[in-house]
Amino acid sequence: MAKPKVAFFDFAGCEGDQLQVANLEEELLDLLGQVEVVSFREVMKEHSDNYDIAFIEGSCTRLQDEERLKQIRKTAKLVVAIGSCATIGGINSLRNDKDLDDVRKTVYGEDARLFDSYAARPIDAVIPVDAYVHGCPITKDEFLSVVKSLLLGKKPDIPTYPVCVECKKNENVCAFERGQYCVGPVTRAGCNSCCVNEGTICWGCRGLVDNPNENSEKEVLIKYGLTVDDAINKFKLYFGWQERKR
Amino acid sequence: MKERNLDINVHHVTRVEGHGNIYVNVRKGTIEKCEWNISEAPRFFEAMVVGRNWRELHHITSRICGICSIGHTLASLRATEAAMGITISEQDLKLRKLALHAENMQSHVLHLGFLVLPDLLGVGSVIPVASSNPEEVKTVLRVHRLANEMSNLLCGRTTHPQRLIPGGFSKIPSMKELAELRERLQASVPDLLKVAELFKSLASKLPDFTRETEFIGLTKPDEYAFYDGNLGSTDTGTAPVTEYLSFTNEYIVPWSTAKRAKHTRDSYMVGALARLNLNYDKLSPLAKKTAELFGLKPVCHNPFMNNIAQLVEVVHNVEDSIRLIDELEATGLQQQPDYNNPPIKVKAGRGIGAVEVPRGILFHDYTYNEKGICTKANCVIPTNQNHGNIELDMKALVPKILDKKEKEIELSLEMLVRAYDPCISCSTHYVKVNFV
Repeated sequence: MAKPKVAFFDFAGCEGDQLQVANLEEELLDLLGQVEVVSFREVMKEHSDNYDIAFIEGSCTRLQDEERLKQIRKTAKLVVAIGSCATIGGINSLRNDKDLDDVRKTVYGEDARLFDSYAARPIDAVIPVDAYVHGCPITKDEFLSVVKSLLLGKKPDIPTYPVCVECKKNENVCAFERGQYCVGPVTRAGCNSCCVNEGTICWGCRGLVDNPNENSEKEVLIKYGLTVDDAINKFKLYFGWQERKR
Repeated sequence: MKERNLDINVHHVTRVEGHGNIYVNVRKGTIEKCEWNISEAPRFFEAMVVGRNWRELHHITSRICGICSIGHTLASLRATEAAMGITISEQDLKLRKLALHAENMQSHVLHLGFLVLPDLLGVGSVIPVASSNPEEVKTVLRVHRLANEMSNLLCGRTTHPQRLIPGGFSKIPSMKELAELRERLQASVPDLLKVAELFKSLASKLPDFTRETEFIGLTKPDEYAFYDGNLGSTDTGTAPVTEYLSFTNEYIVPWSTAKRAKHTRDSYMVGALARLNLNYDKLSPLAKKTAELFGLKPVCHNPFMNNIAQLVEVVHNVEDSIRLIDELEATGLQQQPDYNNPPIKVKAGRGIGAVEVPRGILFHDYTYNEKGICTKANCVIPTNQNHGNIELDMKALVPKILDKKEKEIELSLEMLVRAYDPCISCSTHYVKVNFV
């Protein structure tokens, strides 16, 4: 059987997710035994428009990006969104409640029309997406596990429960109990509560879990001392696009 | 050459981080157009942080760049800490310096091994190099992995650090872990010397091209500055960091979504070569020897030597990290509480953080109100400071190589761009926020 051809594409983002792939090092060389990478601009010069699986990093932020995305969808059998910017709009969505025209004019004056931009959105707001690798950044392990599932023709196993489940298993002291504020109760698990394990809080980078109880989470944030505005802001950090859709 | 016509149009230069294009048109031997153009989608970070809480700024601005996220986090923390008068302990200072060394090593080794080496060996990516030079690639991978594991140990992970927080660290490594790291750093020295020999054997492939320019970076009287220091210029000497705006003078060109900068000349250069030109005397002993191996001395005006300056810096990063761990061991590591969250008195003010990151000097400048909400932000990114210099280098280089085949000219221009190790995601963060 011919090896599936794989291509990487990036839109508005920091390229940190492709870096996680480049950081696979020896495992990357193993993976290369199973697939043929035909386009990965961050690390190679060669490029081909003939591919089976497209990995897309970054958000769609311009009308001109939509055409490129549709072309990718037409070519690829499978489209995989990697990283928060691509899966949920990510940090980029923070700008969506600002007046973008004002920003552009302040920045570029007369030349503002040269630099078009609209509300940042995840890839599935523009084209259908077959699989997701969540996180900011993605983890190497989850990337490999999703790729393996896809190569075996299986649906990747993505948790449908919140980060709190993993955090409890890891026996962390709850952020609320130590005077901090956390969105772990409504954030999709799969990261093994990595930020809390490192001594901080869950920021929400994997997006809202299926059927989150957002109102209850906001009430908890306020009960523990956040103002209403701060509680809303907590949600905007990563959930901006998802909340707008709901 | 008088009759030479040439149209070079490299759309999305490869093996760099982000989207940049090269356009060169030559008609009858005269250069009509020579442009370095950034087409990356703009990202509005300085607008996005306005209205956000001081506790989140480093988390948000880390996302400007996946490759230098430790540097962005530290510049951000230093700006917030300067604005609120927060000081950190001597121990945390050393640990932060180690984190910067780790990122610099990781980024430089990735650039040299994966992005530059294929050019020097005449291939399109590191994949064929893995077959033609397996030992060398394995050596590069080993050093790269060590740098990544060092970032993990100091920051929690390699990209978008978790442990770096206002006032210090949420969690620190144990002395045992640091001692193990020290051993591995020591053991990597022969690996690095092998990599240096490999580059030495290929150094003749780096074009011998010189164009005089200004170099800007942090300087300190007693150390090769990465984490802090004064602003230094090879043209005008030193100045306090608070005067950075009079150095960077950012401006816009309509053909590019990234801003540019100039100081005393039409452009200046930042990055490893600038740091080396400004701080050569403070290099660690083995790093200085590595520089001597390539005849690299200040002030070097060949931008292609930025690759070699990166190699020299990696050696310095390793040696200086060993020194820092030895100092920590000598004083003993002070323990801190789990989930450390240093108490901070929020106050209004403006703070500037300047940090040397792999591609050069980075500035974050925030203003907070009395509630600790950010009201204004400005970030000046190394690659933006280099764009103008890249284009002027291209304009000086093209006439010198006009007799070569089109493919060779194209490759030389791509190599020039890659020598700067541009980070284009970073540089399209867009500009300041003067809106309501």
